[in-house]
Amino acid sequence: MTEDKDTRVRPVLRQELLPPHGAGRRHLISIAALEREDVVRLLGLARTFAGTLERDVKKLPTLRGRTVVNAFFESSTRTSSSFELAAKRLSADVMSIKASGSAVDKGESLKDTALTLGAYDPDVIVVRHPQIGAPAFVAAHTGAHVVNAGDGKHQHPTQALLDLYTLEEELGEIEGLHVAIVGDVLHSRVARSNIQALLLMGARVTLVGPPALIPRGIEALGCDISYDIGSIQPADVVYVLRMQRERMLEGANFVPSLREYTARWGVTHARLRAGQKVMHPGPINRGVEIDAAVADAAESLIEQQVRSGLVVRMAVLYDLLTRGPATADIAMLKEVA
Amino acid sequence: MAVATRARTLHWRAGEPVDLVLAGARVVDPVEGIDEALDVTITDGIISAIEPARETRSRLLVAPAFVDPHVHLRTPGGEHAESLASGTRAAAAGGYCAILAMPNTNPVVDTAATLGALVDRARTEAEVPVGFLAAISIGLRGAELTEMVELAESGAAGFTDDGKPVVSAGLMRRALQYAALVGRLLSLHEEEPTLSRGGHMHEGAVSAELGIGGWPSIAESAMVVRDLELARHEQQPVHFMHLSARESVEALRAAQVDGVAATGEVTPHHLCLTDDCVRSLNPNFKMNPPVRAEQDRRALLDGLCDGTIGAIATDHAPHAHHDKDVPFEAAAFGVTGLETAFAALYTRLVLSRELPLETLLERMSAGPARIFGLEVPRVAVGERANLTLVDVEAAWRASESGFESRSANSWLLGERLVSRVLMTIADGCLVHAS
Repeated sequence: MTEDKDTRVRPVLRQELLPPHGAGRRHLISIAALEREDVVRLLGLARTFAGTLERDVKKLPTLRGRTVVNAFFESSTRTSSSFELAAKRLSADVMSIKASGSAVDKGESLKDTALTLGAYDPDVIVVRHPQIGAPAFVAAHTGAHVVNAGDGKHQHPTQALLDLYTLEEELGEIEGLHVAIVGDVLHSRVARSNIQALLLMGARVTLVGPPALIPRGIEALGCDISYDIGSIQPADVVYVLRMQRERMLEGANFVPSLREYTARWGVTHARLRAGQKVMHPGPINRGVEIDAAVADAAESLIEQQVRSGLVVRMAVLYDLLTRGPATADIAMLKEVA
Repeated sequence: MAVATRARTLHWRAGEPVDLVLAGARVVDPVEGIDEALDVTITDGIISAIEPARETRSRLLVAPAFVDPHVHLRTPGGEHAESLASGTRAAAAGGYCAILAMPNTNPVVDTAATLGALVDRARTEAEVPVGFLAAISIGLRGAELTEMVELAESGAAGFTDDGKPVVSAGLMRRALQYAALVGRLLSLHEEEPTLSRGGHMHEGAVSAELGIGGWPSIAESAMVVRDLELARHEQQPVHFMHLSARESVEALRAAQVDGVAATGEVTPHHLCLTDDCVRSLNPNFKMNPPVRAEQDRRALLDGLCDGTIGAIATDHAPHAHHDKDVPFEAAAFGVTGLETAFAALYTRLVLSRELPLETLLERMSAGPARIFGLEVPRVAVGERANLTLVDVEAAWRASESGFESRSANSWLLGERLVSRVLMTIADGCLVHAS
């Protein structure tokens, strides 16, 4: 081991390895790292972009010459397509990589995949990965701005931002809204990002579901918990989560059966109050967590959510590439290392 | 009573007995009741004189060398992460005069032949005395008992399925009966696998927020309670490894008061860290069992201070860089600890007055030695020298390049530490000097 004076560069390197907490806006990895003013700015930007999309020619020259890599190591329709379209609308060059059909199938480690992608010097890498912390890990091994498009059960920050955007568009002020999040909170990165984002913007959040799917200790974030579906009644908005059967360990008995779940916690018109808005991050399991009639009803904001995804992701890409620390700072960090 | 076998349980490449004088240091030996500045003379590896210091050097501390009851030497099969030589050099650098190695290697140490080969290699490669624990069940599969009598006769220092729990209560009962026969201790990794399944960190507010699978306290304490009852029923001793949960400490304390011969150990990381550290998603904060909440950390520290927990064990678990340079959930469990244990605990707990120095020294040396029936290192005339010399004011930073261990998966990387082992004398021989 070395003396104090020889190791003074170490903390710089370690900082670089960690996801950003407050300081710096180089990556969008977790809602926890955002301040209220960041959210306000991003939603404002999204509104501006929504205006531009009403023109005949929808493409903006803003990010011409920039490269955006979409690296999706887990299946996705909405998120990957909206990131791709968002980057194209801003005139960036887009490259999309999926886990199947890539070297990941040959057992390549995330580190080597990250180094390979980084070798093209992309400006932004959008990462979806089944493991928590994968986006921060890619950030540590490349010089790109990294956007988390969903990491395990951890975070899905652009989903939360597009949900906030949808709520603002439909209901105006988020401050003071009461949102009930219903279903499989345990396995849901959408729930985690949304709880933090809604609380950050001054909403009240109640989690509703079976005890096995509401993680112990989650109330420390500042939300309420209820195991009774009746608790959705007073909410302004009912946010329904997908039953993530693919993340449930076999034999872990989180729910005895989908039938039992639906009977107790399925969101149906009978359980909703007139005028309550309903949201769902998709994909929907019709007839499981949400009744088909509810999903298709006028109170459902599900389609608006998908539409919001495009402009919010445009805003995120634009914000990272125009407001983040200059590339010179990154070069300096590498020199220190 | 037990039919104790006479096989030696510690093996090493003994060096030349040393002649030297440790002059002027503060000598602290909780067993002998010594705490004063003394000159300690060692002649031919034996402590030959202990006299009042002619000149006092306040930075220096001499204490009985440390004994680590829980080390992974990764040999055979994982030599890329650690070898007998590198692991024992790391032990020497950390002030240890004896360590016990775990049998969860490849192949598992579950036959006399595998154990015998290790003992032979230790006699040429080990730089401090090493004892080898053998497996309780064949292949650590938890189904069939190993040949415990033959293993004990071949030099097994104890038995454990460490890395895995003994899930079957019936097998545990039989193991207790056979361990009693040969006078060796069972060292238990307590984890109820259906409760800890899918867990990568302590189940609590932090795991709920991060979305990382939880490994709840009850998965440990439920098994501790079961095995305390089995030990009571069989009237045999048991030892609990790397305790992590408040409930486990409470169960152990209550059973000890009732006369159950149960002992426990705790690691430096469980004494210093809480699950808050996992927010960084740094895989060097991933260990099994996981670090838990502040109330658990406090309970472990209280248990250590009041003697419920009699030993500090590093659970030194070296891993290749590529097994840790991955996202948190994909990373291997475990951290290294031999070279940082004393400095970490001195810096974090002694200097902050949470832990008295005498208690720390006792739990790192005499405590574990007694539990495993090893010779207790003592600062006394006529004793074979097993001593460590520490500069208690030396400040340094743990860094990847500075370890004797082949692996650098330390939870202390980049951290400033105060106190450093300068010299280690094991079994009368100088094994480390910096």
